[in-house]
Amino acid sequence: MSKLDTPKLETYLQTPALKSDSMASSGPFKANADMQKSLGFPGEKIDNWQQVAIEKMGETIEKYRSIPVFLDACVKCGACADKCHYFLGTGDPKNMPVARQDLFRSVYRRHFTFAGKYFPKLVGAKEFDESMLDDWYNYFHQCSECRRCSVYCPYGIDTAEITMAAREVMNAIGVGQKYCNQILGKVKKIGNNLGMPEPALRDTLLDLEEEIEEDTGVAVKLPLDNEGAEILLITPSADFFAEPHIDGLIGYAKVFHQSGASWTLSSYASEGANFGMFIGNYDIMREGALRIRKAALDLGVKRIIVGECGHAWRVAYSFWNTLTGIGGGAADEYALQLQNQLDQNYPQPQHIIEYTYDLIQKGQLAFDKSKNDHRTVTFHDSCNVARGSNMGGIENGQFLLPREVIKAACNNFVDMSESTIKASTFCCGGGGGLLTDDLLELRVKGALPRMQALKQSEETSGVNTLAALCAICKSQFSKVLPYYDFDPFMVVSVHQLVSEALLLDGDNSQQESKTL
Amino acid sequence: MSLISILFAVFFYLAVLLCLVGVTLKVAQYASTPVPLKIPTAPAPLTKFGVVLRMMREVFLFASLFRASKWTWLFGWLFHWALVLLFIRHLPYFWPGEAPQILHQTEPLKYAAFPLIFGLSGLLARRFFVDRVRYISAPSDYLLLLLLIAIALTGVLMTFAHYYPDMGMVYSFAEGLITLNWSELPSESVFLAHIFMVFVLIAIFPISKMLHAPGVFFSPTLNQVDDARKKRHISDWAIDKEKNSKSG
Repeated sequence: MSKLDTPKLETYLQTPALKSDSMASSGPFKANADMQKSLGFPGEKIDNWQQVAIEKMGETIEKYRSIPVFLDACVKCGACADKCHYFLGTGDPKNMPVARQDLFRSVYRRHFTFAGKYFPKLVGAKEFDESMLDDWYNYFHQCSECRRCSVYCPYGIDTAEITMAAREVMNAIGVGQKYCNQILGKVKKIGNNLGMPEPALRDTLLDLEEEIEEDTGVAVKLPLDNEGAEILLITPSADFFAEPHIDGLIGYAKVFHQSGASWTLSSYASEGANFGMFIGNYDIMREGALRIRKAALDLGVKRIIVGECGHAWRVAYSFWNTLTGIGGGAADEYALQLQNQLDQNYPQPQHIIEYTYDLIQKGQLAFDKSKNDHRTVTFHDSCNVARGSNMGGIENGQFLLPREVIKAACNNFVDMSESTIKASTFCCGGGGGLLTDDLLELRVKGALPRMQALKQSEETSGVNTLAALCAICKSQFSKVLPYYDFDPFMVVSVHQLVSEALLLDGDNSQQESKTL
Repeated sequence: MSLISILFAVFFYLAVLLCLVGVTLKVAQYASTPVPLKIPTAPAPLTKFGVVLRMMREVFLFASLFRASKWTWLFGWLFHWALVLLFIRHLPYFWPGEAPQILHQTEPLKYAAFPLIFGLSGLLARRFFVDRVRYISAPSDYLLLLLLIAIALTGVLMTFAHYYPDMGMVYSFAEGLITLNWSELPSESVFLAHIFMVFVLIAIFPISKMLHAPGVFFSPTLNQVDDARKKRHISDWAIDKEKNSKSG
């Protein structure tokens, strides 16, 4: 654990005094030429970068309605100013959502509006110069695209849209971020964020099968590339190797086993995450989604289910139907081909939480909740699930279903403070392409509001377990919890809780406790 | 007609023209720009009816702002509703011929001037005294509030402090602007200042942040139905992309 100026947890969340430019040098490592070129971006900052940047801004304004509407509509009321976890954790005024947008908006005004062209000083219009580009790079990589600001904005202005557009512009002039672009290169080449090839994945799954059988005496399978399976599971690759993610994967496998469904993973589409969204690039995001479409067609599956990953679920739920035709209600031939193959009696795609919840509702899963009695659990709503998706097709289902699944597996559940959960949830501090060690200071400080709420729940309700359903949240919490004197192992996958309490047919170890 | 009457009449038409043309162009721009992805923000409605309700909550009640900041909500909400009431109060001036009976009973609406000034002053004070809001304020943000306050104060002077102009002349000038039957303008300076500033306000509408008024209806995070899994939502440029690629 490296030394950092970790913020102190007060009794209540405080709005900090402004500390101008305190995070001005927090920018992450830049992508090198190879990483840039592998995604079709210029290898390094091009000579006429200003001109190309302005052209690219013009393109985003023409292609995405959100951009001109959000840039024009802001009245600088300040409603969002104290809603961003990075502002609350750092006090840097450029981390106020409106100020972050203004980095983009001031250039927009200068080049695309009457007032900014002729009265730049009056309306705060600015040129896109070297120092502005520095600010863009630093501060558009201090936004986790969590959309909390959009919930409070009277016009729904979503800073995530602006951040994505800004990153898109920067990539177009050869100024990319190492973490995102390196990972995207691996997905493109191998199929997952880790760059884990098929044999390694197969070995990992076999090891897991052995481990589960040792633990439970039941031969729970984790099939790979099983043609003709009913269900294709798309999950973040972190589920294959990281802690506590892997215990979630074991949980999904047990649920599938218990339901008797035939399912499979795909070595070609072994990644649920889609960092194309983080960099605001439609084509790259679509490319990632198309791998899943191809895997579904090749394997002939009837259903596609997505594992625990926040932005993956936003991309799957909100964007897949657009990008690839995985969904329903298509009129075009392209999407109909896939939609005819998929079983439209089920939502397509479906979240693993929805799948487990349905089985619980139908009484097809039995739990020994006492297995989780050593835990008092609280649930962290992941931002992309909470504010970018739904579950169960009912209003607020994305808040309800995970909690119901947890409660089915645990006796002790308490929510954190209402202003920090559900639609108002605070980001873990590591989302949106910021989960990299070169941004550790930002990540620790950005976690402050969540840590504050957790601390409060620990003190008032004895919470000792933090359940999450996002690979990034789980990794981020494991890393930052110790900075706030919490146990890093208190973070668990929701399906780990399921896994620990689920009664498997033919499981000797659990049969005993069942009869107790 | 006096030069000043002519100048004011010309300025009125110019301001209204700028406003109408500018807002029309902006609305046309928003309406014709594609929305390639489903991006409703929580709490997202699952039906069109839900979207209508959500939009009404935002437009009439400022629901999100209420969640965000009670003070800003109070100042902003009072100011906007007072402005609506005062707009109604001004309708009889412009009504060609005999105004409907209901508009003759709008006299008490004049008191909306006070919540208007209260709200605007609160918003201005926040720009000076809340460091976060001060940081994000450009000169135009202060000036627009000052302009509105000055309009309100000149209105109050005329209505409550006996600086009123010849009301007969006001009626015929205002009605004349609409019916193209121009007549002489009263020459009291408070009145002239009042309407001059209102014309400025109208003229700068489409080049200022007042675009939030049409903008809110086009905000995809607020106006989209959350039904991405049920209906395929796709923009024209994305369809072209699909046709041009054989993958998948």
